[in-house]
Amino acid sequence: MANAEVVLLDFWPSPFGMRVRIALAEKGIKYEYKEEDLQNKSALLLQMNPVHKKIPVLIHNGKPVAESLIAVQYIDEAWKDKAPLLPSDPYLRAQAKFWADFVDKKIYALGRKIWATKGEEQEAAKKEFIESLKLMEGKLGEKPYFGGESFGYVDVVLVPFYSWFYAYEVFGNFSIEAECPKLIQWAKRCSEKESVLKSLPDHKKVHGFVLELKKRLGIE
Amino acid sequence: MGEVKLLGSWGSPFSRRVEMALKHKGVEYEFIDEDLANKSPLLLQYNPVHKKVPVLLHNGKPIAESVVILEYIDETWKTNPIFPKHPYEKAMARFWAKFIDEKCNPAIWQIIWSRDKERDKAIEEAIVHLKTLENELKDKKFFGGETIGVVDIVANLIGFWLGVMQEATGIELVTKERFPILSNWIDEYVSCSVIKENLPPREKLLEAFKSRLNAPAWKY
Repeated sequence: MANAEVVLLDFWPSPFGMRVRIALAEKGIKYEYKEEDLQNKSALLLQMNPVHKKIPVLIHNGKPVAESLIAVQYIDEAWKDKAPLLPSDPYLRAQAKFWADFVDKKIYALGRKIWATKGEEQEAAKKEFIESLKLMEGKLGEKPYFGGESFGYVDVVLVPFYSWFYAYEVFGNFSIEAECPKLIQWAKRCSEKESVLKSLPDHKKVHGFVLELKKRLGIE
Repeated sequence: MGEVKLLGSWGSPFSRRVEMALKHKGVEYEFIDEDLANKSPLLLQYNPVHKKVPVLLHNGKPIAESVVILEYIDETWKTNPIFPKHPYEKAMARFWAKFIDEKCNPAIWQIIWSRDKERDKAIEEAIVHLKTLENELKDKKFFGGETIGVVDIVANLIGFWLGVMQEATGIELVTKERFPILSNWIDEYVSCSVIKENLPPREKLLEAFKSRLNAPAWKY
């Protein structure tokens, strides 16, 4: 091993992986990015995440941290002197963790239903997806970021899904911007940040990936 | 340190987690027992997103989601810390708490609510996850080491509710033969004063399980 102090096992379209990329970039941490073939997982991945065998896995000085929210919090705590992602006030921290948990419970699962299902199931998923985004829009209010004046934890947790919005819109035949214009404004503002710019893939590439995935899974 | 109230439910393991943490730290609080079949306006006001217990109110400000509450409690009241100090160990504690909530507990509930083949499948799955958890315990007295930590608190369903569920259904999931280390942990756990003083009355819980076994899904 080239003794890289920080290694990230990842998969380019994964919104969970994107979260960790953004956090590392925000802190200016140099790391080695390793692309995993999820159809052929590396021995390293299976060794570093034997419980779930999933990406992303952050490896710091040989010690693995799996689960994206846990990895992002770890990054924030281990490199606490630069660009803090979580606020220092315990109540505000709790609010941020609550909303990160909400994103995890809702956005990914509903998004998946939007591209993977049809008919009533898809319509129900679209409805709940928009409701969830509207709730977050309300939480954002007039602030530039969920973190307030500066980009923070909830921003890191949610913004990766923006790279998937185009795919959701195409497969779901709806416009997210029409329903949640303020959220799209927020997403565009985030995308101007270098950490986000270099961590999110092109949304057409993501759409192409979902198309391939649907073929492979045998979904119409 | 301000006024503390807890909206909870006598039988809910999530609610009891918060009580364990507060008692462990000697924090005085007012407990408001919610009738989950008939949620109070207070609960709906303080947790409009999920409408669930527990909700901690500290000086009137609400925090929801049991693990988010546990982190808040640990950051606010410094006596008897339940999370490790070091970022890596903290990340590991969060990982195992999440594993219990996302893998172990749902598999256990699935056993209770399912029948026949589905139940057999659920039992198989629960065994796999509990074995993984047991491996993490190794030769420690508690997941937290010599004293209980957040993972022990989060594992309360396994520590106590499971025994009651086993009696109510006649299913033997965790036995000394199959899980020698986990069984030892369960014995230590329920004899530990801060745990045993914060468990629901066993007979009442047993009755509740027996009467709900043929009824519609338990609502939290």
